[in-house]
Amino acid sequence: MKEREHLIYKYLRSSKRFPHIWCPGCGIGILLGALIRAIDGGGYGKDDVVLISGIGCSGRLPTYVDFNTLHTTHGRALTFATGIKLANPSLKVIVVMGDGDATAIGGNHFIHAARRNIGITSIIINNQTYGMTGGQFSPTTPFGLKTSSSPHGNLESPFDICGLAREAGATFVARSTVYHARLLEEIIGMAIGKEGFSVVEVVSHCTTYFGREIGLESPVEMMKWQRDNAVRVEKAKDLGEEELRQKIVIGVLVDRKAPAYHEMYEKLIAKCRLEDNAL
Amino acid sequence: MKRTRKSDRILLQGSEACVRGALIAGCRFYAGYPITPATEIMEQMSRQLPKAGGVFIQMEDEIASLGAVIGASLTGLKSMTATSSPGFSLMQEHISFACMAEVPCVIVDVMRGGPSTGLPTLPAQGDVMQARWGAHGDHPIIVLCPSSTYEFFDLTIKAFNLSERYRIPVILLTDEVTAHTRESVILPPSDELVVEERRKPNVPPEWYTPYDDRQTGVPPMPAFGEGYRYHVTGLAHDIRGYPTTRSDEVGTLIDRLFSKISKDFHLLQWFDSYQADDSVVTIIAYGSVARSALHAVKEAREKGLKVGLIKLKVLWPFMRHTVIRFLQSSAKVLVPEMNMGQLSREVKRVSQGGCEIVTLNKVDGTMISPKEILRSLEDIYP
Repeated sequence: MKEREHLIYKYLRSSKRFPHIWCPGCGIGILLGALIRAIDGGGYGKDDVVLISGIGCSGRLPTYVDFNTLHTTHGRALTFATGIKLANPSLKVIVVMGDGDATAIGGNHFIHAARRNIGITSIIINNQTYGMTGGQFSPTTPFGLKTSSSPHGNLESPFDICGLAREAGATFVARSTVYHARLLEEIIGMAIGKEGFSVVEVVSHCTTYFGREIGLESPVEMMKWQRDNAVRVEKAKDLGEEELRQKIVIGVLVDRKAPAYHEMYEKLIAKCRLEDNAL
Repeated sequence: MKRTRKSDRILLQGSEACVRGALIAGCRFYAGYPITPATEIMEQMSRQLPKAGGVFIQMEDEIASLGAVIGASLTGLKSMTATSSPGFSLMQEHISFACMAEVPCVIVDVMRGGPSTGLPTLPAQGDVMQARWGAHGDHPIIVLCPSSTYEFFDLTIKAFNLSERYRIPVILLTDEVTAHTRESVILPPSDELVVEERRKPNVPPEWYTPYDDRQTGVPPMPAFGEGYRYHVTGLAHDIRGYPTTRSDEVGTLIDRLFSKISKDFHLLQWFDSYQADDSVVTIIAYGSVARSALHAVKEAREKGLKVGLIKLKVLWPFMRHTVIRFLQSSAKVLVPEMNMGQLSREVKRVSQGGCEIVTLNKVDGTMISPKEILRSLEDIYP
């Protein structure tokens, strides 16, 4: 308890006018707690961290914490992050996005940042809906679900965010739910420590809209659903394909080595300067 | 004035002159996406920037390009991108962001024929109003317009200076002809050029309020990682940078965004005049059209017509005070443009019926020739 108080004083902005904008029972607060503990655990200086967001409920997250913070446009957070990382590769660049932010309007930027393997940590909080605008279906909403913009049932199939990241070239991909707060902290810490493009999908819930749409009444029920449907990646091997489709596989899904874009660019600058001097 | 030797004279394309100017101005970050007729700027940057220790990146689209440029600028690098009309449309979202968050950046728009994909390889001036009003929300903007290779070089440096001084995106609005024409030019030695740097805070981080500066209206700006941990957002914000909907705070912010530019309108009256002191008919032109106009004025003078030319180098904020002066002294004003009449609307607005404004418009992908302007001058000459 004492340690947690200490981190709040250390990382929350005292100058910011609280309360925050999130609904009671929202999962974003759990993510923010895990993120702060992971950054603190990694021993990174506050000046060296840049926390960037897009638009939506998750977009407000950087406002409350004492880092270099940037609240960008809808879906484009990764493009700003790319400029920041290349302008100063020594900075730890962390981007927080929602599922609509990262995979609908920002889908193109997401796959290209992954393909470049640039040193950015992407945290995608996936509540399977557009919460801030009132519960419309998103690219991760299950097929057939009735939402405020699919009153006759969703005709689209959901994205697998981690699968998308893996195929696009991300070198570290992991998933947790907000129920598994300790695992979340651990994989965020690992992701920030990587040199290349790392992705953490955080399965969460929207207590105000999405819960109503799927028939779960309280945040407690929704988190119990996460607990009951999550399966560790180590155990997932034993399950059949049909069985797995109903489950949320959590843990580290991809961890591989590949040259990071910003590192290659630094070498390129050194080479160009050397050649230029030789002329 | 230094004596120029023959060897100082070089053959340079407009796009190359832009890149030279940018590097002298201190540009160390470029993000872009290929598009005709602006690709030459990107290709030059991909060669030159790493040699200068800077960063070049080809992004996935124009939206991403300007996003990366803004990110790099927030991290302390002078940054730019270049595109052409369709790509410029895609950038409007982030031009609006850069205005609101006050992030310096330079955007080159090499205009081509439109609407839509239009005429990729042919010139036009159809983005004059897009440059002013394309981005959503009420915002000030600075738009410079070169008409030659030398001016492209010179105005690129000035674009960076203005951008850093006012913390505002500056648009270099040029056309396919100006960007692609190769000309023999003499560039001044770099020690004769004025390069302005971004004003940094001189107070300790705990005293720094990122969006408050009552002295100049332009708050000093630290880079990410320099110890001033502050919040940047496209939302309406208070002086600390935090989102607000309080009418007093929002009103103050938007007023300051406008007044930081409007208080210096008198410093942004950049134009060349040619025989416009006694002209009965005065041409107001910009970009490559101004060069045809100059030729037409010379020929008309030889025929004894008292005509003159005002070539605007700043399109926005519109040079009201300068234009009014010539509207008052001329019987008629001719505004030739490679569009259906965009800047002429502004001239008419300023004139308020006081002077007869004649337009000469062309949108077929060909330049307005000196002959066409001369014919128009002869037609309207009183």
